[in-house]
Amino acid sequence: MTVLNVNGKQHEVNADPRTPLLYVLRNDLALNAAKFGCGLGQCGACTVLVDHNPVFSCVTPIAALEGRYIRTVEDLGTVDKPGPVQRAFIEEQAAQCGYCIPGMMMRAQALLEKNAAPSDTQIREALEPNLCRCGTQMRILRAVHRAAKLMTVELQGPLREAQK
Amino acid sequence: MNAPLPSPTRRMFLATGGALIVSFALEPAASFAQGPVPPRPKLPGSLDKAPYLDAWIAIGGDGAVTVFTGKSELGQGIKTALIQCAAEELDVDPAAITLITADTERTANEGYTAGSHSMQDSGTAILNAAAQVRGILIELAATRLNLARDQMHAKSGAVVANDGRSVAYKELVTGQELHRTAQPQSPLKDPKTFTVIGKPVRRVDIPGKVTGAPMYVQDLRPEGMLHARVVRPPNYGAELVAANIAAVEKLPGVIKVVRDGNFLAVAAQGEFQAIEAMNVLASIAQWRKVAALPDEATIHQFLTRLPTQDQVIANKGNPAQQGAHFLRATYTRPYLSHGSIGPSCAVALYQADKLTVWTHSQGVYPLRASLADMLQVKPEQVHCIHVEGSGCYGHNAADDAAADAALVARAVPGRPIRLQWMREQEHGWEPFGPAMASNVSGALDSNGKIVAWNYEVWSNTHSTRPGGPAGNLLAAQYLAKPFQPPAPKEIPMPEGGGDRNAIPIYTIPNERVVDHFVPQMPLRVSALRALGAYHNVFSVESFMDELAAAAKADPVEFRLKHLDDSRARDVITKAAQEFGWSKSTGQRPRGEGRGFAFARYKNLAAYCGVAVELTVDRESGEVRLGRIVAAVDSGLAVNPDGIRNQIEGAIVQSASWTLYEAVTFDRADITSRDWSTYPILRLTQAPRSIVVYIIDRPGEKFLGTGEAGQGPTAAAIANAVADATGVRLRDLPLTATRIKQAIGV
Repeated sequence: MTVLNVNGKQHEVNADPRTPLLYVLRNDLALNAAKFGCGLGQCGACTVLVDHNPVFSCVTPIAALEGRYIRTVEDLGTVDKPGPVQRAFIEEQAAQCGYCIPGMMMRAQALLEKNAAPSDTQIREALEPNLCRCGTQMRILRAVHRAAKLMTVELQGPLREAQK
Repeated sequence: MNAPLPSPTRRMFLATGGALIVSFALEPAASFAQGPVPPRPKLPGSLDKAPYLDAWIAIGGDGAVTVFTGKSELGQGIKTALIQCAAEELDVDPAAITLITADTERTANEGYTAGSHSMQDSGTAILNAAAQVRGILIELAATRLNLARDQMHAKSGAVVANDGRSVAYKELVTGQELHRTAQPQSPLKDPKTFTVIGKPVRRVDIPGKVTGAPMYVQDLRPEGMLHARVVRPPNYGAELVAANIAAVEKLPGVIKVVRDGNFLAVAAQGEFQAIEAMNVLASIAQWRKVAALPDEATIHQFLTRLPTQDQVIANKGNPAQQGAHFLRATYTRPYLSHGSIGPSCAVALYQADKLTVWTHSQGVYPLRASLADMLQVKPEQVHCIHVEGSGCYGHNAADDAAADAALVARAVPGRPIRLQWMREQEHGWEPFGPAMASNVSGALDSNGKIVAWNYEVWSNTHSTRPGGPAGNLLAAQYLAKPFQPPAPKEIPMPEGGGDRNAIPIYTIPNERVVDHFVPQMPLRVSALRALGAYHNVFSVESFMDELAAAAKADPVEFRLKHLDDSRARDVITKAAQEFGWSKSTGQRPRGEGRGFAFARYKNLAAYCGVAVELTVDRESGEVRLGRIVAAVDSGLAVNPDGIRNQIEGAIVQSASWTLYEAVTFDRADITSRDWSTYPILRLTQAPRSIVVYIIDRPGEKFLGTGEAGQGPTAAAIANAVADATGVRLRDLPLTATRIKQAIGV
């Protein structure tokens, strides 16, 4: 039995410890966002955050993840209440087939948590490990810039409240 | 609005079998007629195939508006555009419409979702059906309120009379009111009054896709589902000599190993268990290899020496006409992979002599026919339902995965089988976009006008899609009783296959164009976005620049000088103007280049012009894409942001094909089996910017958009590389290595 902390909840998982996290997320926890793309750590469709860092869940065995803080797109918000990165991707219409987008979003989330106002070059470099075949790259870039602004605004609200 | 898929429970799986009313609507009109059927006038778009209005639009007793399309969402945004068409002509809120996509028991048979045909076929059908349904509703309301038709109009799901009374659509449709055949003419709105068409309505599928809703066939998880994986042979045509099936069936979680001739697959409880069992099975299976592939280094010479079926597709004046200048060139493209980010997947359930398949195939009806043939059952015993997958860009392994899943499901009846291909399988076994070669020569007169043009192109077929016989399904070729693939065919003109866009759109007095169709296929090939147009536009538009240079003319001016079509001229002028083409003449710094190219897709669909600015690093030969500007005329623009998204995507994808991509192989096997051996464009290589301008044509027909940008982008990049380096490269891809070799640094 492996205990995983996914999106702030503890899950007891009854799977071979060698099982890559991706299959546990998708099949045991019914979380759809992380996708199987290559199983080789080459395309980033499976990207999730572990302790704030983006990892390829398709090649990370759950044995390595007990006590770590795992986050997926499902943690960023919901259809009714999308988080800043999700809102930014919706507002920029930054998807075609959308299969790569959750991985892109998690990598963007990790970047924005470390760098609130990244340059175009910094975004391109941070998202470099992730592939998009539909050619949505220009919109993805715009969405990450927008997400940076939305996050800043979201943080400024509570700050202003605190200053009152 | 289109909700994400319901949570895939047993209920959902049972609920998909019914839809009797719609089946009735899909019956051919002739079967209800008495005696001989009089010839029917041609109906708009796919209404001609499914003429009953209720095959397209249903209004429920609760007021729910359901629209049906035989086309499928591939990530191109078609769902949103079709909802806009229906909402506009029906006068209902787009959010109130539920759209049902390709399903062999619920929607019309609209063939494949391919060829930039969806707006033309389904968009036209839905637009006209919605307008005719609105007309019927007004007529019904007029009778009910005892008013003249011109005393009332449709508004927000109701018919409103000038005296203030109104009747909701749901009160007007209580029985078979919409079970009428469509008329050739529709009471279409004046485009000036449009409130939904022409607006950048947000895509209905994006909220679900960015929040982890179950949007894809990969996300289906019905009760009792097993995971399956297939073990493909080591290379084309290999024969299975032995496999210790019993040993693999003892592995943890394994439910069954399925062997039928040279087809081998495994079903297990867990997905990782299925993968591990697949790996064990692959390692112990013994195969006899029979395939021999041609030499990759000389593949184009090999292909052009194979027997061909030749067709002269243009012959005008005296193609041997001499001029002041004469130029000749040969262009080639390699085999290209579709490269879907998600490997192909299907879910299949075989129960009570009926097979249900959830698939991301581009054609559920053709797939149904081929699956029925493979399983030797009646087509009615197979139900194919489209569910989105990863973008396909043509005929990838979607249908093959469905066939694989069907074979496993038949062997494990009663259990839903989810079968997904592995990355190496998708890269190694999908049908590639064919390698091609073309020879072109041209003569210029002393005024810099083209006086003669000769063009010949060599290509395999661009379609080995399923439909009818099972032989085009990969698994079917490997069964104990194998199905032979049907003889390959060229797609006829005017759309064409290998010869798509082979005839130059320019006004040339003497020209000859020959299509050399090569039936023999050393590598498995089929439809890849734009088919032969990618290569032919690359060739034609590169050669136009070569001729312009010989004529010492500006490439944009040179094109306009040879073009009569005013819409083509408008697109070229718009792209050039917005790019600032005429402002940036004169000498550019070494290594900086700009290029222009244009095509009308298939010479009958969307117009697209692309201007590219790039730099070439002279040390490495690497291309860095700068500013890209495009203009497009897709006819009546339903969703301008959807069109922009498609053209931006076409530009980036085509840039990736053009600069980086080639399927590689040795004498036995495909060697580009993953993203390290088949690299594609990454974010740091994406252009600095892309701006797409749409020339809207209200009142004109839909021309489609999806494939229009592929060819022009390739040639614009090649022309810009020639401008930057002074050297013309004619073999795709324009890799850093090739550019470095050509400039000889």
